[in-house]
Amino acid sequence: MPNVTNEEAKAEVPVFANPADTPSKGALARALDSDIFHSFLKSKVTVVAALGTIILFLLAFLAPWIAPHDPFDLSTISIMDARVPPVWMEYADPRFLLGTDDQGRDLLSGIFYGMRISLIVGFCSVIAAAILGITLGLVAGYVGGRTDAIIMRIADIQLTFPAILIALLIDGATRGIFGALDREVFSFYILIFSLALSFWVQYARTVRGSTMVEKNKEYVQAARVIGIPAPIIMLRHILPNVTGPVLVIATINLALAIVTEATLSFLGVGMPPTQPSLGTLIAIGNDFLYSGEWWIAIFPGLALALLVLNVNLLGDWLRDALNPKLR
Amino acid sequence: MLGFAIRRLAQAIIVMIVVALLAFTLFRFVGDPVNQMVGIETSIEEREALRERLGLNDPIPVQFARFIKSAAQFDFGTSYQFRQPVSDLFLKRIPATLELSFMSALFALAVGIPMGIYAGLNRESWVSKLFLSVSLIGISLPTFFIGILLIFLFSVTLQWLPSFGRGEVVQVGSWWTTGLLTVSGIKALILPSITLGLYQMTLIMRLIRAEMLEVIRTDYIKFARARGLPNRLVHFRHALKNTLVPVITITGLQLGSIIAFATITETVFQWPGMGLMFLQAVQNVDIPIMSAYLLLTAFLFVSINFIVDILYYLIDPRLRVERA
Repeated sequence: MPNVTNEEAKAEVPVFANPADTPSKGALARALDSDIFHSFLKSKVTVVAALGTIILFLLAFLAPWIAPHDPFDLSTISIMDARVPPVWMEYADPRFLLGTDDQGRDLLSGIFYGMRISLIVGFCSVIAAAILGITLGLVAGYVGGRTDAIIMRIADIQLTFPAILIALLIDGATRGIFGALDREVFSFYILIFSLALSFWVQYARTVRGSTMVEKNKEYVQAARVIGIPAPIIMLRHILPNVTGPVLVIATINLALAIVTEATLSFLGVGMPPTQPSLGTLIAIGNDFLYSGEWWIAIFPGLALALLVLNVNLLGDWLRDALNPKLR
Repeated sequence: MLGFAIRRLAQAIIVMIVVALLAFTLFRFVGDPVNQMVGIETSIEEREALRERLGLNDPIPVQFARFIKSAAQFDFGTSYQFRQPVSDLFLKRIPATLELSFMSALFALAVGIPMGIYAGLNRESWVSKLFLSVSLIGISLPTFFIGILLIFLFSVTLQWLPSFGRGEVVQVGSWWTTGLLTVSGIKALILPSITLGLYQMTLIMRLIRAEMLEVIRTDYIKFARARGLPNRLVHFRHALKNTLVPVITITGLQLGSIIAFATITETVFQWPGMGLMFLQAVQNVDIPIMSAYLLLTAFLFVSINFIVDILYYLIDPRLRVERA
């Protein structure tokens, strides 16, 4: 093949090649031409879900700039505006599109800010769970023997219990230990800690499985022979080759973490009312459901359902797209 | 068979010992039993005497053995909040939780199986697609929000069904109470059972559908059709029977998570069961109740897993061959 241009040669580089080896423009062009992107465009539901996810993420993270009101600015909140219904109902106030909650905070702005907190907790706990799970999985798979047996037995035992129960127990125990600490400050960290400890098992199992396959391949043996220390082999050589499935688990777990966080907050052991996540907003609204002020609970709930549905759809698609059996 | 059962039993016992160790750590070190039993004005000497009397100065292994012994006799100490033995509190609340869990499992099976069969047999019909979309939404909606929606629709707006409590209950035997014998009790069960069972229902539906799609393609079904057997016979005698093995396993395993998720449903509907008590214990850091709940649910899960494993072994002959 004498007259193959440089561009064409690059296009033949397989998708799993190290992106650092090729210039960024070629990488983008390659990504747009990949199998995965084609399967993405083929599935209309996925395109809609991706758009929905992007819009919701933007609304959440740009909340301070686009929300019509600042629910944390006490000077703009008036108790006189409390429990105003959405604009299309009687006695509505045009300033508040979706009505207000029990303290006169604009519900739409509250949902934007709440979604932001839900997403931050979700992302942080997914990252924490992934770091914990990947580390333990790499060690278990690479070292093997007794270390492997102990880590995997712990994982087995934990899998017997639903994550929500573990999160509740850890939350309760942590608050028993740090009972004296300020809840407002620490509930965020306690929440992430309990969610991470509830979700690490899946990562550990997957990474362990792929690590056991990778560690017998020649490149790892070569690295070992030239005397590279084990931690560096795990991090720099094996880790990049086992991250594909981790991405899928992380996407699906993000939806799960958001739901679990909302549930814990709804149950009163998650985010406090001063930093309300979507779950906290629903918990606040639940008290007013019976007196006919349904919007305080229902709108944050719909926002939560929409967010989780979109992320779930993306996760489902990603799982199928990266699964070679289904291609 | 016996070897398999013994191996499984040994594993189950190890799990229980680990969980007991956790529960003991929680009980003994996170909550200080003495602090909760005495007032502020109790002197240090009196505290020390109480400590000695309770055996809190004994070596840790001795204390752990004592903890297991009393737990085996269903003695979990005294609740911090209620000043009552934890076991009495649990006994009073177990019937409510079990009744709710049983009814929602029944709902999930009774609705999920027919929906799954239909969606598996009529893959392209719009009703099946509707079922699938609804099930996706059902999986994405958090349990507590489903409960709130149901309350809003059927209790607040239509005022058909009660939104909290068990209604009127009837005492059966010495400690069991049931709401199944009164009209208000049955009415009170409907919304919580649907809330709790909806997720399991969608799961069973998807599972049966997937299994049906797979079985329908196999040779023995084609052969049954070639023999001219009526559709009804092929679908229910031949196909359905073979889809039920995984369903039994999943249903068994899901029974555990039904009981765990009952915590959420019980909170939404103020259902006076174990889950609500556990949640209040977490909120108030009532360690004895938390550690007892941990032990009880672990025991339940481990027993269910054990039974499902054995059942699976009995139902599926292939497992026996592999082990031999």
